Amino acid sequence: MITTTGLTKVYRSRGREVTALDGVDLHVREGEVYGVIGQSGAGKSSLIRCVNLLERPTSGTVTVDGQDLTALAGRGPRAGRELRRARSRIGMVFQHFNLLSTRTVQDNVELPLEILGTSGKERSRKALELLDLVGLADKAKAYPAQLSGGQKQRVGIARALAGDPKVLLSDEATSALDPETTRSILGLLRDLNRQLGLTVLLITHEMDVVKSICDSAALMEKGRIVESGTVGDLLATPGSELASALFPVGGEASGDDRTVVDVTFHGDSATQPVISQLSRTYNIDISILGAAIDTVGGLQVGRMRIELPGRYEDNVVPIGFLREQGLQIDVVDRKEPVLVKEGAK
Amino acid sequence: MTWSEMQPLLEAAGTETLVMVGWSSLITVVGGLPLGVLLVLTGKGGLLQNTVVNKVIGQVVNIGRSMPFIILMVALMGFTRWVTGTTIGSEAAIVPLAIGGIPFFARLVETAVREVDHGLVEAVQAMGGNTWTIVRKVLVPEALPSLIASTTTTVIALIGYSAMAGTVGGGGLGDLALRYGYQRFQTDLMWVTVAVLAVVISLIQFAGDYAARALHHRGARSGPGPKLRLLRAEEPAAADVGKVA
Repeated sequence: MITTTGLTKVYRSRGREVTALDGVDLHVREGEVYGVIGQSGAGKSSLIRCVNLLERPTSGTVTVDGQDLTALAGRGPRAGRELRRARSRIGMVFQHFNLLSTRTVQDNVELPLEILGTSGKERSRKALELLDLVGLADKAKAYPAQLSGGQKQRVGIARALAGDPKVLLSDEATSALDPETTRSILGLLRDLNRQLGLTVLLITHEMDVVKSICDSAALMEKGRIVESGTVGDLLATPGSELASALFPVGGEASGDDRTVVDVTFHGDSATQPVISQLSRTYNIDISILGAAIDTVGGLQVGRMRIELPGRYEDNVVPIGFLREQGLQIDVVDRKEPVLVKEGAK
Repeated sequence: MTWSEMQPLLEAAGTETLVMVGWSSLITVVGGLPLGVLLVLTGKGGLLQNTVVNKVIGQVVNIGRSMPFIILMVALMGFTRWVTGTTIGSEAAIVPLAIGGIPFFARLVETAVREVDHGLVEAVQAMGGNTWTIVRKVLVPEALPSLIASTTTTVIALIGYSAMAGTVGGGGLGDLALRYGYQRFQTDLMWVTVAVLAVVISLIQFAGDYAARALHHRGARSGPGPKLRLLRAEEPAAADVGKVA
């Protein structure tokens, strides 16, 4: 649904060049919720703004719903008619909502329809229908200043849906909201994704967002996508930074001559009593440092961090045994990998 | 001088001021608003970024603003004659008043429009809106409270300028005060005129403030509504009038 190939964006200011995007290939399938996560400055904001060409990519192409937007854009800095028409079919929601303060909620939702040239009667019918969809039917005549943050974002979402888009871009839509409101907005996005078959591309710095609604995710660092795939695949990828950040299991080794192993269960392997088998087969004592079961991207996943006596070299055989059981095994280095962590701004 | 003597003089002068300031304000707003918006649009990072156009307009505005009004009036005589067919009287004064007011207002508009959150512009761009749509539906409506305050300031400045219209026979309250107070030493009429001007300016300021606040507070959570505050000092206008005069 959304494909970018070799997308680069270089900002030039006072002779200095800053590469925000460095060859990004992104592929978002129709009907999925795709999350791009990364620290601030990783280029995710540039990426999402390049998708509807609010930001002109320096090179590379952007295709949305089979339409090559970079070809529509032309050369000048201004958006031509074709590009504007394409944009009207791509919804966008913003971190700071960007609602017009001088318009009522209903008039804000009607704005995209005014741009599309919809008649007055049809506009208000559609706006009220969308407000109903986002649960704000009673606030149609209110002004944005009278609404809470979560309500404002609901208006933002209703507005983004006014042009019947197939794609919704979400630029840190929940980053200015408290955790509870974040959950309700994410729930709304999820519902819209299911009910309307809406493809959602969202960028965020909060792992919880990816965890709760994304089907696929990509990790961005320094303008590049370093990992991407469906959440299920990522969890099954040994050493995946995203997977361990999505589903962290804590616990430090108790001494130098210990080996720490992360065991990930999914599907059938979760029902096997592997740990006691391991203990009996090799006659070793196993400490469990941490364990959790969670639902990530709609999948039940279990993860356990265990500690085996002896160095890694002494434990090659038991680890091989675990691998044979169809479990995903990650041997944890003494130095912890740097997880994607960034406090809410 | 008795009140019955003053009254007809004040009425005539008041009408002249009203005509001069009314028309020139209208022309100033009509001319200055697009100019100010254009300054923002063509400015750095603007939607129609164009350094050459921006510099040219900016310079024209600067020259217009640096010209003392009384000199502007003389310098524009040829143009005034071409437009109105005469260089004397209230009608003739409207032309230099408007031309003096346009750059003044344009700068105020520029500042007001620049204050509009760029995120709103971006949101409308993302909806597929073109530049004209953004000007019409975002920049002007969102800047409206400031624009109204700017208009108030401009109208008051124009009342100040209009005192000099007497030089070209334009009449008006300022001219009345000058003639009777300075040339005939009838200071009583001068003070009455000044009082009338003070009341008129206060009323304009009050109306402008009220309108701006009514728009600005629209929808605010606990907006008590515009507060009534008479006689609010409007420093920028006063300073400007002083400088230009």
